[in-house]
Amino acid sequence: MTTESTITHRFGPYGGQYVPETLMPALAELEVAWAAALADPAYTSELAELLRDFAGRPSPLYLARRLSEHAGRPLYLKREDLNHTGSHKINNALGQALLARRMGKTRIIAETGAGQHGVATATACALLGLECIVYMGVEDTRRQKPNVQRMELLGARVSPVEAGSGTLKDATSEAIRDWVTNVGDTHYIIGSVVGPAPYPALVRDLQRIIGDEARAQLLEREGRLPDRVVACVGGGSNAMGIFAAFVPDADVQLVGVEAAGEGIASGRHGAPLTAGNRAGILHGSMSAIMQDADGQIIEAHSISAGLDYPGAGPEHAWLRDSGRATYVAVSDADALRAFSLVTRLEGLIPALETAHAFHHVLEEPSESTLDLLCLSGRGDKDLAQVLEMLGAEEL
Amino acid sequence: MSAPGTVAGADRIAAAFRRPGRRAALMPYLMGGFPDIAGSLAIGHAYADGGADLVELGVPYSDPLADGPVIQAAGTRALRSGATLDGVLGVCEGLAERMPVVVMLYANVVYARGIDAFTAALRDAGASGLIVPDLPLEEAPAVLQACDAAGLALVPLVAPTSPDERLARIGARARGFLYTVSVTGTTGERAALEDSFGPIIARAKAHTDVPVALGFGIATPEQARAAADAGADGVIVGSRLVRAAAEHQDDPARAVRELVSELAAGLDL
Repeated sequence: MTTESTITHRFGPYGGQYVPETLMPALAELEVAWAAALADPAYTSELAELLRDFAGRPSPLYLARRLSEHAGRPLYLKREDLNHTGSHKINNALGQALLARRMGKTRIIAETGAGQHGVATATACALLGLECIVYMGVEDTRRQKPNVQRMELLGARVSPVEAGSGTLKDATSEAIRDWVTNVGDTHYIIGSVVGPAPYPALVRDLQRIIGDEARAQLLEREGRLPDRVVACVGGGSNAMGIFAAFVPDADVQLVGVEAAGEGIASGRHGAPLTAGNRAGILHGSMSAIMQDADGQIIEAHSISAGLDYPGAGPEHAWLRDSGRATYVAVSDADALRAFSLVTRLEGLIPALETAHAFHHVLEEPSESTLDLLCLSGRGDKDLAQVLEMLGAEEL
Repeated sequence: MSAPGTVAGADRIAAAFRRPGRRAALMPYLMGGFPDIAGSLAIGHAYADGGADLVELGVPYSDPLADGPVIQAAGTRALRSGATLDGVLGVCEGLAERMPVVVMLYANVVYARGIDAFTAALRDAGASGLIVPDLPLEEAPAVLQACDAAGLALVPLVAPTSPDERLARIGARARGFLYTVSVTGTTGERAALEDSFGPIIARAKAHTDVPVALGFGIATPEQARAAADAGADGVIVGSRLVRAAAEHQDDPARAVRELVSELAAGLDL
């Protein structure tokens, strides 16, 4: 990794730094600190050690047995669900928490939707002895209660956000307001490849270990690259992390799966990349977003809290426009069916977010002969919600 | 008075900052469309009746990152009661006959309309200037160019966290006035913070030729006077007035007129 190539402000027309002036010096400070950390073996070796011994990396690459049979082609799963805290979010949280400590910041804030990033951040803060405040929409605190309890056990303060729809968008806005107010002693650990520069590049660099590992593991196992790499996209950090390693491999198709919610046509979805509407600014960067004619941000909808977001990372918007990646959307109902199918067929309970990607790989026609899917997280957090929704239906 | 749009915005703003008998210009903030369009126009007229020199007219936004809870809540209410950009520009047109209007909104509202169409609409509504709190120096060139072409002053913000080299670059490109943020934080009333006014105003004035207006957290006549004592050319009062409008829904215009009169008295020579 070189310091010059990692800190990108613009991805084509997307990205940038649309934030209050108060934060601009902090973003510049973060950018300098990140470049210095990457060049400092003390930082990179401590992070590598924690990722190995604390988080459990490298995560396995697993050739799904019965799901491959169901799909009619080999399907490899990158097992981010086996990481400590249950998802890919720990990769970023550990990297940024170590960075915050280097920068002398004693207070950490984060936003969370499904709670996975909040739990990962609370965990990293417990480990490093940092104060931690997690902003979470009230609606999400209800549907992801176990994660709220985990964060509190870990010593974090969970601050419910009532504004707007009470979901991830509102939690992110509130975290940014906190940062504007407390920027002196506070680092904002943003959870995805969104936000003002340098965050989209920084979070991608911390998540690209997913793709770097998977690419090497697959080459070792199969002696070839996959035809397709598939991942779910809310903000898009697990997808960007696994895509990053394959972007130069022009023959490898990259597919991001967004939440179609109740259907793109209904307007109640979380699929700004797929819907392809006018670009706009959300949470500090220009990207694909959901907005009305006046530029007001529209509330997203998804069965899965982690995909319930009206934006996506700016690099995804550029990968889409440049034709390097394609984006599709999967409905609430199809994701729920895939959740049950994967659980029953393979003995893996995926996060509802990942279930969207599973549906695309398992049920949509493709000429692919070898698929790689990022199993971004496990579904324990979703059990209560899924059981309630399946209700009287036979599981 | 000239018809709206025929006097370059910066000139009109400059004149408002030179009002005889006043130590610093008084610029109250108005949430457009709160409680509704007609109500906000009435509140704006009450500002003028109370002695405002200019008005900062906010366009409500779904995700106002620079605003504290009072303005955020008013914006949410305005949007729920149907406020649109064009509706708020109607308020602008109504108020521009009485005082210079500086429109404050978030960057996505500009981009959603398209920069040139947006600045044309603003000019046609008689606005004198534009404040975009999430459009820092680095992202501003295209909007600045369009504002210059339309005769609108693009007013930049500086914060206590801005280092001198940024202050110099921002100050050099300021049009109309330099919006100086008094605290590291979002908008909203705060307990006494007058002690910090002097240094931040002095830093701002050292880096620009346009008037320096102080805002964020100024709520009382004492704080307004302290800002003038510390050298501010203008004082911006927002959340205190928006709160008053929210608390006196029977007659918000009367409530804010009294407050603006008190603030104005604090700034008179």
